[in-house]
Amino acid sequence: MKRRKFLKATGAGFAATGLAGILAAHRAPVFAQANTIHILRWNDFVPAADKVLREVYVPEVQKALGIKLNVETVNANDIPARATAGIQSGSGPDIIMLLNNLPHLYAASAVDVSDIADEVGKAQGGIYDASQQLNKVGGMWAAMPWSVVPGMIAYRKSWFEEIGLKEFPKTWAAYHEAGKKLKAMKRPIGQTLGNTFGDAPTFTYPLLWSFGGQEVDAKGKVALDSKETLESVRFMTQFWKDAHDEGGLAWDDSNNNRAFLSGDICASLNGASIYVAALNAPDKFKTEKGAPMHTDILHAALPAGPKGLHAYHTAFNHMVMKYSKNTKGAKEFLRWAHTKANYEKWFTVQKGFAVGISREWEKHAMWNNDPVMLPFKTAPNNQKRAMGFGGAPDKKAAEAWNKYIVTVMYAQAAGGKMTPEQTVKWAAGELGKIYT
Amino acid sequence: MTVAAPAERGRVSRLTRLLESETVLATALLVPGVLILVVFIAYPFVMAIWYSLTSIRVGVVGEFVGLANFTKAWGDSIFQTAFKNTVFYTFWATIFKLALGMWLALLLNRSFRFKRIVRASMLLPFIIPTVLSAFAWRWMFDPTFSVINWVLFHSGVITDRLPFLSDGDWAMWCAVLVNTWRGMPFFAITLLAGLQTISPDLHEAAALDGANAWHRFWHVTWPLLLPVTLVVVVFSVIQTFSDFQLIYVLTGGGPANSTHLIATYAYQIGVASGLLGEGAALSLFMFPVLFAVVWVQLRYMKRMEGH
Repeated sequence: MKRRKFLKATGAGFAATGLAGILAAHRAPVFAQANTIHILRWNDFVPAADKVLREVYVPEVQKALGIKLNVETVNANDIPARATAGIQSGSGPDIIMLLNNLPHLYAASAVDVSDIADEVGKAQGGIYDASQQLNKVGGMWAAMPWSVVPGMIAYRKSWFEEIGLKEFPKTWAAYHEAGKKLKAMKRPIGQTLGNTFGDAPTFTYPLLWSFGGQEVDAKGKVALDSKETLESVRFMTQFWKDAHDEGGLAWDDSNNNRAFLSGDICASLNGASIYVAALNAPDKFKTEKGAPMHTDILHAALPAGPKGLHAYHTAFNHMVMKYSKNTKGAKEFLRWAHTKANYEKWFTVQKGFAVGISREWEKHAMWNNDPVMLPFKTAPNNQKRAMGFGGAPDKKAAEAWNKYIVTVMYAQAAGGKMTPEQTVKWAAGELGKIYT
Repeated sequence: MTVAAPAERGRVSRLTRLLESETVLATALLVPGVLILVVFIAYPFVMAIWYSLTSIRVGVVGEFVGLANFTKAWGDSIFQTAFKNTVFYTFWATIFKLALGMWLALLLNRSFRFKRIVRASMLLPFIIPTVLSAFAWRWMFDPTFSVINWVLFHSGVITDRLPFLSDGDWAMWCAVLVNTWRGMPFFAITLLAGLQTISPDLHEAAALDGANAWHRFWHVTWPLLLPVTLVVVVFSVIQTFSDFQLIYVLTGGGPANSTHLIATYAYQIGVASGLLGEGAALSLFMFPVLFAVVWVQLRYMKRMEGH
């Protein structure tokens, strides 16, 4: 066949089934409509979990539903940029993993997943209260909660024993005293107060609440400038100087892991990733006495303040995007992934770093494997508040969270940039510009 | 060998005749450039202006709000800090880049062994992607593991770690340092190109008249190098004023928002918080400053052409 003849023949064939046909039918050709789902998630701090998605879920979901699953993972801090680009351009991943209360921010671009949430909730004994607050917008589930990464304090058991503590301090005042002694021994507490998504706000918000401070009142009026808030900032300022590694003002979410594993700090609020890393590399991470580091790590909840004990655990949620050409397939996939048998495959490799979204998963046999991980088991059930408290964790609360206003309030006083009085007034003023 | 059919020949000759017309040819050559300008520069710019005048959020069209986004930004203390930081960062980084770049260019203009290798290797900081080099610097300034702190501590120069990135003022100067390190080769190589166009005869004549090295630089080199210097400074000011990557990687705007530049803060508001209208308004605050810089440059160049 001559080249020209070949082109003519194939061109005619293409015209018959191709562009002209597509335009006439107002729909994409069959080959482009394959049941494909593109899911965007973070690079999991437990790489084995991403391996489950790629090596177990991909073939199984293909077999079970005929869906070709494309898994893309990026840095968690970069997800909002991808979501924004997708929503504004009307094309991008079919499902996007969103942290915390971002579902409130993108609710207008979400497909209602209430049916899945109701099914999963009913089958698994109800979804945690905090997950409901973060994902339900105006009564609609704008995203389907997937997991929760509890923040607990990882601490060096032997170092706390050396200063006479058999168990972790239960109050902020006791933690302050312990930290003072440990810092004098060049074993400070490591805590980020930097502009970073996880460990900083999950520390500062519960600290604020445990002293009785709150961003707004029940009517949505800014209530941050209070004597309770001021007391918490005064406490933190002194606590910072006396007990912390002051480099923490510039830390991101990974600095404390490195500092802990290298034996530079005695304690740090974190997911279980410090312990999991130590567990996975016992020959690499050792104590000063040569024992594997993981044998000297325990976990504890944040201490209680004058107004009780509080926590905030990072929520991971999946939003089916309205612009998706395959919302039906995306929902089918989520429904499939949330069945106990399928979810369990992902859940067990997390070893407790990420936990389920309902109390059902607290009963799983995995929790019998390692007593050090037990504090993570019920942690999400103990979280009663979210950002924006005493109002809802809505888009205004998301804006305040993304601007790091509460974290910066503490950081400015801890770093000596402002007095506690000045920084509280500043933060209340900034919140006032959001809650207008 | 094939022979073109008569109809094809006719088309070719018509096209040739058409392109022989200067107007048609000029239009044909200009169209791609104009299209690129319209699609990639004018359209986003106009959209940014429109966004800045509306309450658009991610996924929500919003409505016209006039200058409300601009007034909100003006009253925002973080923005005020970011604006001051941007001016500080641009001013000092440009001064250092110019001074050190000039010094380097004068050195490299001399003859020495391995001159070409040295000139080529000097461009390395400029060639390495900013994100990559900023990460390397972040490690060097790491609050716990900084190699600089380690060396100074173990050599007995310091007893406490230096707060490179954990103190706002230190962090800002660190950012200036990294920007200078990265941008200096651009200054040096451009000024070197300028230096090489200056005839050695002028220097010889000045030397014969008794001018010392400083006088030769100030009265011969500097005036002849001024047009190139101005162009390179203007380019640098534009790039530095709108810098994003370096701060985003090095400090993320912290500690306590003390190193935000306009671009990083606009990103935080527009992209991370989904407030596209407010983010657009914040970034447009860069426009009058950059416009003034370009205007001065164009005025100067026009004057030079007049001479």
